[in-house]
Amino acid sequence: MGFSIQQLVAVGVFLLAIFVGVPLLINATGRWDFYFTLTSVALLAIASAGVWLTFYIGRINIGQGAFALIGAYVSAILVVKSGLSFWISLPAAGLFAGLIAVLIGLPILRLRGVYFAMITLVLTQVVTLTALALPITNGAKGISNIPLPSGVSIFGIPLIPDFGAMENTKLAFYLTACILMVVTYAALYRLVNSRLGHLCRSMQQNEELASSIGVNIAYIRVVIFAISSFFGGIGGAMFGSIAQSVYPSTFVVADSVNFMLNCFLGGLGYVFGPILGTLVLYFGWDLLFELGKYQMLVYSMILIAVIRFLPNGLLSIRFGKGNNK
Amino acid sequence: MEQILANGVYLGSQYAMIALGLTLIFALMNVLNFAHGQMYVIGGFVTYTFYGQWGVPFVLALVMSCVTLAILGALIERYLFAPVIKGSAREESTMLLAAGIAFLLDALILIIFGEKQRGVPKIVDGVFNYDFRLIMPYDRILICILAILSIVAFIGLMQYTKTGRALRALAQDRTAAQLMGVNVDRYSMIGFALGAMLAGLVGGLLVTITGVNLGMGGPTSIKAFMMVMIGGAGVISGAIWGGIILGFMEAIGLAVLSQYGDITYLLIFISLMIFLAIRPQGLMGKPWG
Repeated sequence: MGFSIQQLVAVGVFLLAIFVGVPLLINATGRWDFYFTLTSVALLAIASAGVWLTFYIGRINIGQGAFALIGAYVSAILVVKSGLSFWISLPAAGLFAGLIAVLIGLPILRLRGVYFAMITLVLTQVVTLTALALPITNGAKGISNIPLPSGVSIFGIPLIPDFGAMENTKLAFYLTACILMVVTYAALYRLVNSRLGHLCRSMQQNEELASSIGVNIAYIRVVIFAISSFFGGIGGAMFGSIAQSVYPSTFVVADSVNFMLNCFLGGLGYVFGPILGTLVLYFGWDLLFELGKYQMLVYSMILIAVIRFLPNGLLSIRFGKGNNK
Repeated sequence: MEQILANGVYLGSQYAMIALGLTLIFALMNVLNFAHGQMYVIGGFVTYTFYGQWGVPFVLALVMSCVTLAILGALIERYLFAPVIKGSAREESTMLLAAGIAFLLDALILIIFGEKQRGVPKIVDGVFNYDFRLIMPYDRILICILAILSIVAFIGLMQYTKTGRALRALAQDRTAAQLMGVNVDRYSMIGFALGAMLAGLVGGLLVTITGVNLGMGGPTSIKAFMMVMIGGAGVISGAIWGGIILGFMEAIGLAVLSQYGDITYLLIFISLMIFLAIRPQGLMGKPWG
């Protein structure tokens, strides 16, 4: 696939902005707390990418919180109880979330529209309750004091430095989260523009028709759901590692709804919509913090106004209706 | 055993009412109303304010709950949902709007009523006691009867009045209803108001027993979603069945499984998933495609 010069420049500017621009700005202004906010944005954007992908096959997914929580717990249990390196537990968390998604997805992906939305919403609640009931997850107390990610070196050459020995873990976590986010969205972009992406679009428009011309819809939707949950698991695992603790309430129904909102707000027609949606929603929420008890009121009113006047997402201002479909 | 059955009827009747409002809104507008639980909480707080604080008779306070929610529902439909449904390229945008409204109502409840748990004095004192096998406070029995009466009244409204006929026509086929001369915009608004009113009525009824607090909205919405899924979305009989089934499952679960800890809901969720895998459209729902 060919990239136009404009696209390459845009990607370059974006990468430069997040890897060089933001650290410089934060250094200059001294607002170190923004690192945490932006790291969260990057991680939530990874999970939102998964939600966006399920939208791509025409399913409304409000269950990403469930997979994020699964990922966070798997990583925490592997690091704390088995003493594995975080960098091994991270893909393991993603894969486990993907595996669970295959098992759950086989029955529930037969549901459509609002039914699928509702059952995924319920799923979030199920995982929270499971985390409370299982002995390995330590119930409501959760798992705390998760050690920081350790270093990785091959043949004595350090690839990833030891986070525990660092003075400033905020910047390290920020960069890690951004790298993960860039990789996720690169993968997502590649996926959407591949043969699988075309098949997904055909399913989004009409599943029966797609099936009748020989698309194996049952297979594709499970694969997509698994990939989507993989992203959720990765995002959740990284989140748990930064917070150094996981509780059943780390990801709840409200988080699942937020993941969905991120995608809607950014616009479903555009791959990078979720990043923008997450940034706007999470940053907006954070900036409104000074309003105290009116924070929620103002936030929700802005949210409603955006939907009311831009029902097709923020990116629809620039790209117009029906772009990229 | 009698106790469990009585608890099931009691829980089921309230749940059915919550699910009815949600399913009505869904049937008419294809909107999944995330804010349903919040509407329920507002209904509870209105009754609390009138009955608990200002000493207005309970029935009047209930009416005030209904009126408040009906007006709120009508306004939300008229100025938020209707324009968004018209202007949006995808139906799903209404879900985002509904979630936004849920946040907004939560914020309003927090500012107007505060975050404290509120309760009202009992409406009837005393406990019905049948040989210590069946113990039920009188106020619960009263609320249960009121809930069942409301459900009957609602069904009567839907079956035998002009409004009800219009609403049913609208739920069946929007375009055909419009061609038959039904004022679609007006009846959508009435339907939404009616759904919100039901939520407010349950809130008002239940405030006398469980009280009301800010955090009840979300879990109530989730329960309502489950009932609607059990019964089938957009079908009135389905909502009633869903409510009764969930009520009984909860009553039985709490009685039988209590020694294993809080796993009733976990089991209910899992059995719901298995059930939906076999019958995705719910008990009464129409299959698609």
